[in-house]
Amino acid sequence: MNKILLIIQREYLSRVKKKSFLVITFLVPVLFIAMYSAIIYLAVNPDVLGDKKKIQVIDESGWFANQLKSSATMQFTYDTTKYAVVKSNFLKSDYDYFLYIPASLTGIQLYGEKKPSTNITQKIEETLSNVAQTHRLADAHIDSTILANAQKSISIEAMQLTQKGDKNAHVGAAFGVGMICAFLIYMALLLYGVQVMRGVLEEKVSRIVEVIISSVKPMQLMMGKIIGVGLVGLTQFVLWIVLSICLTTLAGTYFIKNNSKAITEKTTEISKATPVNAATTAAISQNNKTENKIMDEIKSIPVVYTVTCFLFYFLFGFLLYSAVFAAVGSAVDSETETQQFMMPITLPLIFTITLSQTVIVNNPDSSLSFWLSMIPFTSPIAMMIRIQYGVPDWQLALSMLLLVLGFVFTCWAAARIYRVGILMYGKKVSYKELAKWFMYKE
Amino acid sequence: MVSIHNIVKQYAGYRALDDVSIEIEKGKIFGLLGPNGAGKTSLIRIINQITAPDSGEILIDGTKLNQSHIEKIGYLPEERGLYKKMEIGEQILYLARLKGLSRDEARRRAKYWFQKLEIESWWNKKIEELSKGMQQKAQFVATVIHEPTILILDEPFSGFDPVNAEIIKNEILELNKNGATIIFSTHRMESVEELCDSIALLNLGHKILNGKVKTIKSTYRNNTYLLEYAGEILNFDANAPFTILAQNTIDDYQQMKLKINDNCTVNDVLHFMLPLALLNKLEEIIPTMNDIFIKAVSK
Repeated sequence: MNKILLIIQREYLSRVKKKSFLVITFLVPVLFIAMYSAIIYLAVNPDVLGDKKKIQVIDESGWFANQLKSSATMQFTYDTTKYAVVKSNFLKSDYDYFLYIPASLTGIQLYGEKKPSTNITQKIEETLSNVAQTHRLADAHIDSTILANAQKSISIEAMQLTQKGDKNAHVGAAFGVGMICAFLIYMALLLYGVQVMRGVLEEKVSRIVEVIISSVKPMQLMMGKIIGVGLVGLTQFVLWIVLSICLTTLAGTYFIKNNSKAITEKTTEISKATPVNAATTAAISQNNKTENKIMDEIKSIPVVYTVTCFLFYFLFGFLLYSAVFAAVGSAVDSETETQQFMMPITLPLIFTITLSQTVIVNNPDSSLSFWLSMIPFTSPIAMMIRIQYGVPDWQLALSMLLLVLGFVFTCWAAARIYRVGILMYGKKVSYKELAKWFMYKE
Repeated sequence: MVSIHNIVKQYAGYRALDDVSIEIEKGKIFGLLGPNGAGKTSLIRIINQITAPDSGEILIDGTKLNQSHIEKIGYLPEERGLYKKMEIGEQILYLARLKGLSRDEARRRAKYWFQKLEIESWWNKKIEELSKGMQQKAQFVATVIHEPTILILDEPFSGFDPVNAEIIKNEILELNKNGATIIFSTHRMESVEELCDSIALLNLGHKILNGKVKTIKSTYRNNTYLLEYAGEILNFDANAPFTILAQNTIDDYQQMKLKINDNCTVNDVLHFMLPLALLNKLEEIIPTMNDIFIKAVSK
């Protein structure tokens, strides 16, 4: 037992001490966050990197005088020249586009030497529609506040009625957290599983394995390696979880502080833009509600329950898969040879993660979801999705028990192949050969 | 004392060891010989408890081989290997602790051996930064650091240059003098003649020869001698008490390889030769282990 601890210690420290561990633990999440922030920022402000477009406006209707505001990306110049003159001179002028609004408001056109981007077209359309709407409402003597009330969108609140009374079901958070957890487990099983395989292969190729198993049993060496690498993964996840909890808490306080400020800012912005469109105001306050709702959803996640389940399923899922990875590492002579065995290992993982995004999320209580969350090779991913929607305790317990049993069995089977494989060199390994090794006596 | 009784080890396609029994005396140097694929490594792995025999048993000092013996055996495998990315000192400590030493004891002994082999300045180097000879020395330290009473060395001198091979050889002899039983596994016969007290010769899973080196050599003696004399080549009549196997001239001397006839002795040869020539040398040709090896294997 003492020797297993020594092996675990070496496997753990040799990986945690590496610089790459620190890099992956701290830099990768930062890079990920930075990358997604950039993507979201660019999606929200698509013109941030584009230059200012000069747009000439010929408004024959007279409805839109000074309604098109110049912004960082567009500069509007109103012109009273005749349409035909402007059009004939356009290519010579330094305007990028010219917008023609006929008196009838039908057949509004945006001309450009190059094709006008949908982004610009959309923005202009939006402004014109709003202005036109207000005009028409006023013409029909309809109060714009009445319309805003009539246009209010309806949202459903998903509730859960349990013994303890009813509570908000927070389906959005359930979906998000479930997917993130499932995906992390999927990645971790592959990533750390491959690390175990590489470790075994390294020992075999460098031939140190024979020295070591003259001191300890092959089973001890294999388990020591698996547990050591597993602890590395666990360390990484605990650090990530602590880090992300800190970040969300920080972000949460920041949100609340800025919310009130943001609302007043937005209202003044709108009041400046005349005439005030009630529908827009309503939409903005809706926006603020969504922001609050997101924080609310985040707070609704049962953190301790989720984290506990996550760590359990990660740990035992990892132990299960890495035993198989260890057997593969022992059977081959080089990393290129592992390919033929990788496919059947990764197949159930890919299968489950694909189904997770569709079938399990949409129907977490179907019998397919149930079985996927029971079979040890698929349960770590499937169950992480399901628990977000509420799983009976007996199902969770059964799934965990099956996973542990699955791990014990897989480990036993893998060890039988491992003990033969690590001493076998220069042999082309087939499944038949593996079966033969499995049957060998001690 | 290592007693190997009727060991059988069967692999899928072939029998690696077939009813092999060997006695290895305590405190002696024993040579386990055989061509490639004879079953040497299989037998060594069984003694090291890396694999188990299908039948038969091994006794060490009268007790059946068990887990407690692991700490008494030092094993240098033919295919050497250490973790490439691990510092050499740490690595030795790790291997020593796996053999049951405490951290402090392991460190103390590792320092001692590193000094003795003059590699102490390499303590913090990674294996991949070392020369092959250095790696071999480190591996040797890992083999002997727990002061094993039985030392199993598989081709111990391969990979060493002559200087380092000599150093390692002297270390092995010293360990033997201090009481360790040494088991050599090799197919290089010249090292055996020099070092081993007894040998066993394996071929295709069978033991074909076993005993003290001196005894084996004398049983393979076949009454051949080398005779050297000055003068002309002589022609002998049928009365000569020997038959000539080969003849050649070296400088002023004639050399003759001869086989003494049955019922005759060296004295008869001298008696016959004395009136004929000025004798310079007469010595027995003792077969080398290499000759015996080839003879025994091809039999």
